[in-house]
Amino acid sequence: MIPNMDALTTIWITVAFAASVTVSDACSNAKPGALGSFQGQSARPIIRITGSDTMVNLVQAWAENYTEVRPTVSVQVAGGGSGVGIAGLIDGTLDIAAASREMKGDERQRASVRNGAEPKEFTVALDALAVYVHKDNPLNVLSIEDLAEIYGEQGWIVKWSQLGVRNVACAGDQIIRVGRQNSSGTYAYFRDVVLGSTREYRMGSIDQSGSKDVVALISRTPCALGYSGIAFVTAGVKALKLSTRRGEPSVTPSSVTVIDRSYPLARPLYLYTAREPTGPVKTFLDWVLAREGQQIVRDLGFVPVPRPDR
Amino acid sequence: MTSQTDLGAGRVEPGGRAVITGRADGDGADLFTAGPIERRKRLVERLVYVALLLTTAVLVVPLVAILGFLVVKAWPVLSWSFLVDNPKHYMTAGGLWAPLVGTFDIVLLSLAIAAPVGVLAGIYLNEYARETLLTRVVNLAVVNLAGVPSIVHGLFGVGVFVLVAGFGRSIVAASCTLAVMTLPVIIASTKEALAAVPFTFREACWNLGASRWQTIRAIVLPNAISGILTGVILQVSRAAGETAPILFTGAVFYVSVADHGPGSFFPYGLRDPFMALSYHLFTLTTQVTGVSEPLQYGTAVILVGLVLAVNTASIGLRAWLRSRRKW
Amino acid sequence: MRRELNRRLSALGETIVELVIKMCGWSAIVFVFAIFFFIFREGAPALFGTLDIKEFITSANWRPESTIRPQFGILALLAGTASVTALAMVISVPAGFGAAIFVSEFCGRRTREVLKVVIEFLAAIPSVVWGFIGYMILNPVIIWVTGVPIGVNVLNGGIILALMSVPIIMSMGEDALKAVPDTYREAALALGASRWQVIYRVLMPAAKNGLLAAALLGIGRAIGETMAVLMATGHSVQIPHSVFDPVRTLTATIAAELGETVQGGLHYRVLFVIGTVLMLISLIINVTADLIVRGTEGRQST
Repeated sequence: MIPNMDALTTIWITVAFAASVTVSDACSNAKPGALGSFQGQSARPIIRITGSDTMVNLVQAWAENYTEVRPTVSVQVAGGGSGVGIAGLIDGTLDIAAASREMKGDERQRASVRNGAEPKEFTVALDALAVYVHKDNPLNVLSIEDLAEIYGEQGWIVKWSQLGVRNVACAGDQIIRVGRQNSSGTYAYFRDVVLGSTREYRMGSIDQSGSKDVVALISRTPCALGYSGIAFVTAGVKALKLSTRRGEPSVTPSSVTVIDRSYPLARPLYLYTAREPTGPVKTFLDWVLAREGQQIVRDLGFVPVPRPDR
Repeated sequence: MTSQTDLGAGRVEPGGRAVITGRADGDGADLFTAGPIERRKRLVERLVYVALLLTTAVLVVPLVAILGFLVVKAWPVLSWSFLVDNPKHYMTAGGLWAPLVGTFDIVLLSLAIAAPVGVLAGIYLNEYARETLLTRVVNLAVVNLAGVPSIVHGLFGVGVFVLVAGFGRSIVAASCTLAVMTLPVIIASTKEALAAVPFTFREACWNLGASRWQTIRAIVLPNAISGILTGVILQVSRAAGETAPILFTGAVFYVSVADHGPGSFFPYGLRDPFMALSYHLFTLTTQVTGVSEPLQYGTAVILVGLVLAVNTASIGLRAWLRSRRKW
Repeated sequence: MRRELNRRLSALGETIVELVIKMCGWSAIVFVFAIFFFIFREGAPALFGTLDIKEFITSANWRPESTIRPQFGILALLAGTASVTALAMVISVPAGFGAAIFVSEFCGRRTREVLKVVIEFLAAIPSVVWGFIGYMILNPVIIWVTGVPIGVNVLNGGIILALMSVPIIMSMGEDALKAVPDTYREAALALGASRWQVIYRVLMPAAKNGLLAAALLGIGRAIGETMAVLMATGHSVQIPHSVFDPVRTLTATIAAELGETVQGGLHYRVLFVIGTVLMLISLIINVTADLIVRGTEGRQST
């Protein structure tokens, strides 16, 4: 039987001991050598990549495979959206920002002011932004013009019948717009390319936090229409063929049409660094752009960068 | 004895039977048989009992059903290797080791910070502080802080620990945020546990000449220990399950963690970002493609199991300590 | 001599211990106020400066990252929080009170212990798991039962939040009912009331303050919930027209957007203003509940 007072003491001692073990071991590990952001020696180099949700699975795949190539380097991956990555790049809290859209002029400016150097842009993969509908939806072809009327403020297309299809599985005939949250590069890219620079999104779309969510929702919802990377396709959805204007020939999203840019929503995927990369970051980027890294791009359903582009 | 002895509310009939007549409906039922009003009251009561039983069942049954469903769907994946393997193959296979270690680290560190401070603060507020306006305001503030939405704690953590203190997204920042989140509840439960100790115990000690701290150490604390420990342990389970406070203060999508060796036991430095079980469940559900359902359900089951195990430990501890209580 | 030294040392030790305790007490106090202060301070430049308050409160257009003209109207977000919370309360308050009454008045000791443990487990389930349940399990069930196109909506979020708030309402309601002195019950029974009549006509009016406080705290919990609504309500910034519409709550907005903001930028500060609003709401709820309960304690000393 433990006397009462010793129970208390024992517990405190145990907790203190366990905590000090954890803490001391943690201290003996490398101080985070996020190069460029935290000054100081690092016994174990760490590369922090944050940003695009479209790219998060790709970046994680790179990280996982890179550990086998360079076991001493630890690559840490976080998502949150292209906006998160670029914000972190400006604040200097990460090494590489993954973005599915270009950095804007004022963002580059802020970054160069904060970090003392121009951010460097690397195109690491290409992607087709597909417009998905439920697999039972009879629609096959859509124009960018019509897309703008569906998603844009004061657009007039709200029903499937206005597009000339009878969506039998959809009881109310309404088009349920699925999109991404406003931190997403995909959201921004879609807005810039489809809606143009002077038009806002209409409120009331379902703004998913992840590219996978968009496809998952559409595969369960016959009334839905949404945009997401071609890499996220599943059996329950189909990607529409897109044309720039109504009546023009439409293009299927594929590696070929992405590379020759005939698909209207073909976009590059970027990794940004705050300055010219050196050391472990540079080695990592070189590996990403080389054969192994690009094979992983292909494995995950994106399009490798054609050689002259590199 | 006449045949109609009037007792006011009734009469006694020949043969001695007492009959109640003073009822509004005048049905003349005898004392021990239920009349219509009484019958209706009993019926209503029975109905109410059934209704309330159903209400409670509506709470209990879904819980059991849902937990059962989770376990059933997670079954293919649950095994020892699920706990000790790292996530593999683009996080669509493998186990939960890296997130488990991360959760363990931040919970331990946040407890190491919050428990001593909280218990001591509770002792101060209940034993030492006089009943002034300031202490009343403080008590109010503590109660309110306990009710603050968890995302506001996340905001505070980002603003103070990640940015101002410069810890960045790290174990330290997340642990401090969790510590601040659990602190008010530990204070409140400590105060409650201390207040439950009868005042006469303290008086007896003081009368014997003991100082305030001696009284606390020797009599008050040991008797309040069950309540204090329960409060602390419950906060452990809460810290392990919360996602919002660690969302921006340190939990990340993926960190490559060694599979074997000492590096796998202490993979996260104090200033490193980490994987956490609760956040891992969130990303598996919403961001990772191609994850099999058993894997998602398995993660949920492990998280729930962990939390319930800690809670059971707290309940057991409470029961054991209460059985040894001396008043 | 030795005894004198011992006494002096132990007196010194005592002082040190008391000093440490006082410091802990004060540091905890500091933290408690620091949170309020800090959140408010981070949002203040927007609140008193560049934010258009009228648009903030009355507009449903939430476009913080617009390249054309950033808009910060939270009306749709407020509607989202309000609708989900209201639905959750409609379900959980009667259920919680019913369970409280059942546990405190109707059932035997054994059942009571078991039920209390079960309810405690219900309360311990982490919010991300509730979100998971809403997203993976309840979602298809709603679609299957009602035939609506989307299963993550006000209904889904409301049911999940109800299941999360019931433990609080039940345990506090039970405390309130227990606090009613037994003399009330005995007096009513002596007058011939049935058990239900005792509860309905005597106990509930007597405990109404405590019950009200319980309901208020349940509301507070529902309003402040983040992860469960993030996963279960469907993320659509719009004012809902039916329980089958997806919505977004204030808490989910902060969780979804905080990471993308640049520290010190307008979007960042507006999110802190939303945090201040949330804190204010929970402050009001907690203070009201506290005052209500404290009022009862004074009165029931008869």
